[in-house]
Amino acid sequence: MSLQVVTANRLRDGIVVYLAADGGWRQRVADAALALDQGEAERLMALASAAVEARLVVDPYLIEVVEDGGLVRPSRYREVIRATGPSVETQADLPSAAE
Amino acid sequence: MTLLKGGEIVADEWAAVGDDDPVPAGPAIVSLQRWQGEREELLRRNHPVGVRLASDEASGAPGAPGVIEEISADLDRLGVVVLEFASFTDGRAYSQARLLRERYGFEGEVRAVGNVLRDQYQFMLRCGFDAFEVVDPGKLDGWREAASEIGAWYQPAADRRQSIPALRHAARGRA
Amino acid sequence: MYRYDEFDRDFVAERVEQFRGQVGRRLSGELSEEEFRPLRLLNGLYLQLHAYMLRVVIPYGMLSSRQLRMLAQVARRYDRGYGHFTTRQNIQFNWPKLEEVPDLLADLATVEMHAIQGSGNSIRNVTADQFAGVAADEVEDPRVYAEIVRQWSTLHPEFTFLPRKFKIALTGAGHDRAAVRVHDIGLAMVEDAAGEAGFEVIVGGGLGRTPMIGKTIREFLAKRDLLSYLEAILRIYNQFGRRDNKYKARIKILVHELGAEKFTELVEAEWREIKDGTLELPAEEIERIEAYFADPPYETFEADDAGYLAMLAIDGAFRRWATSNLFPHKRPGYAIVNLSLKPLDGVPGDATAAQMEAAADLADRYGFGEIRITHEQNLVLPYVAQRDLHDLWRALDEIGFATPNIGQVTDIISCPGLDFCSLASARSIPVAQRIGRRFRDLDRQFDIGELHINISGCINACGHHHVGHIGLLGVDRKGEEYYQITLGGSADENASLGEIVGPAVSYDAVVDAIEAVIAAYLEHREPDEPFIETYRRLGAEPFKESVYGKESVHDAA
Repeated sequence: MSLQVVTANRLRDGIVVYLAADGGWRQRVADAALALDQGEAERLMALASAAVEARLVVDPYLIEVVEDGGLVRPSRYREVIRATGPSVETQADLPSAAE
Repeated sequence: MTLLKGGEIVADEWAAVGDDDPVPAGPAIVSLQRWQGEREELLRRNHPVGVRLASDEASGAPGAPGVIEEISADLDRLGVVVLEFASFTDGRAYSQARLLRERYGFEGEVRAVGNVLRDQYQFMLRCGFDAFEVVDPGKLDGWREAASEIGAWYQPAADRRQSIPALRHAARGRA
Repeated sequence: MYRYDEFDRDFVAERVEQFRGQVGRRLSGELSEEEFRPLRLLNGLYLQLHAYMLRVVIPYGMLSSRQLRMLAQVARRYDRGYGHFTTRQNIQFNWPKLEEVPDLLADLATVEMHAIQGSGNSIRNVTADQFAGVAADEVEDPRVYAEIVRQWSTLHPEFTFLPRKFKIALTGAGHDRAAVRVHDIGLAMVEDAAGEAGFEVIVGGGLGRTPMIGKTIREFLAKRDLLSYLEAILRIYNQFGRRDNKYKARIKILVHELGAEKFTELVEAEWREIKDGTLELPAEEIERIEAYFADPPYETFEADDAGYLAMLAIDGAFRRWATSNLFPHKRPGYAIVNLSLKPLDGVPGDATAAQMEAAADLADRYGFGEIRITHEQNLVLPYVAQRDLHDLWRALDEIGFATPNIGQVTDIISCPGLDFCSLASARSIPVAQRIGRRFRDLDRQFDIGELHINISGCINACGHHHVGHIGLLGVDRKGEEYYQITLGGSADENASLGEIVGPAVSYDAVVDAIEAVIAAYLEHREPDEPFIETYRRLGAEPFKESVYGKESVHDAA
């Protein structure tokens, strides 16, 4: 079975987060708790459901990740974009936006 | 199940009668099928009768006369017409309620059942519903508040409130 | 432009407080996400790939400079310093926080703006010709009726939980810039035999999974009957539109399944019941709204401005911009100015707060303080004296809004795609950027001439790919981004849907494929023949051959 982590969006601000081993939600996929098997994946999803009830996050789900040179990254392209932000230089990255 | 009417929780005098159950004495709500099959007997009882219409039944097939049109001749004999919201996102009953009120002049109770929530309450009131079966009304204050969240609306509807265009016209008349 | 009176102001203020309450109940747990989702969508708030996204509606694409400044302020205060203008003349903010959205909306309300019906299965923001009121070829100004429709459709108690979203567009001109034939309802202003203006009513157009050109269900509708007729259409749709399958729930499917004739009968029968009732529009009400859209205090010019003509003669770069980005105005000595939001390697439709503020200042200085948004995701200053054009051009150049590419190959319509959108299958913006880089030579663009490339990142077609002269549809092939190419689409009065020309091409190959299509056009065109005409004359064959090689054409045949 492939490696999995749980991701969701934070309720109050919508930001992409990942479920960490300590039950907290972090913004970096590298901080996510890795599920190596089905049982672990289910346990993480149960924690995530509790976090939905506790109004911390919205719409949690499992994603596949791969370990690449010691770094964890999502395997699907969509999740890479979710993890790292838009692949394009947005107008916000231009100096004029910061004024 | 709790019945809201006029912003209050009220006792439901109407018995909801299943298709295979005997019709008790007193006000009774039956399905459309039963109403169509036992119309004469139900009227002979000398107790008020109501009809419950599923969303599909009430609108009918496009082009065929809808059930609302069919029962329109009987509306003065009916005390309640029950319209359903299978989900609060299924808005057919809004049209059905307006037709009942505005086209066929129904003056009895138009009752909303199903997924009836406070965030749709004002739309329902505007379309002519005046009774609401809710699973859990929560705080009654919330419903009362919801009834007045928007003070004036742009469209004329079944509640006969003055629309914003009409209010503007009246304001110009005064000026 | 339309100004709120006390009723509009109270309404929007109440709506903000209502939504504040709903957000509060969501954060407190009284509302679940399932319950909250339709409520937030009705107020334009999505949860997207990275964050919440708020779509602020811009009725018929018309803004005052004051409103544009507020959008800039919102971008800075609540977002990341920029906004994205959409194909429905709206603006989207990509990073607002749920807990701050009520305050954001309260700020917008101070300038008569809101996000009501920015999404949801409701009647969405009404769109109209971006050149309304200034186009030289107009029957009548459609904004008057767009405003009337806006008010009628706002929190309509009967039509806020429709089978699916519902889009209405209006045009008053012979040349359709509002894409009325690909909307749920399109209203095209026409004159009857007596010279009285009214509406041709077109129903059941749309893009998405099942693209269709709308059917005319009434050749002429009198103005007084506008709202009762719309109510009749919506009532038929609300009752009979399919609710069993969201992909078959748009009105186009109902019209298609019933047949236009049967659908028309139903609407007309419903309309006969309500036509002379409370929705009849009195002439007095039409006049009242018309007054809001009176001409600005134009100066009187007899002819073209001599200084402007002189600058055209001596300044080649200015001449290029004037040729591409100006449109004829109904008044002598004035021009309609398009501000390109398509810099050659930028994000189509994006503008920073600083750019918005600068554009607002220029609108005040040169254009009676008014700005329009186009469905091609550009901005327009509708009333600029020719005398001021050269100065304006230089100022626009400084803020990056003077790319001389309106209607050309790099003026690309693009949805946000997989970079932002949770529904997307593939990216759109980087494809637009790569096309922009490939065709960055302005002489080459100019030589290619009018050519609309539209890119959607998924089948929902927010990038209008079906009606692009060249359309690209992003698809996911086993985790790889591929792009299906359609040719021959058009959204104007000769609306047509593009045809798929062959297998989808990869992200890496897509720009070459576009270039091959254009090479075939350049090879086969007749003098002064635009792309779409060449395509209509020759059909797909030479273009297929150019993209896929000779054999593929024969294989396919």
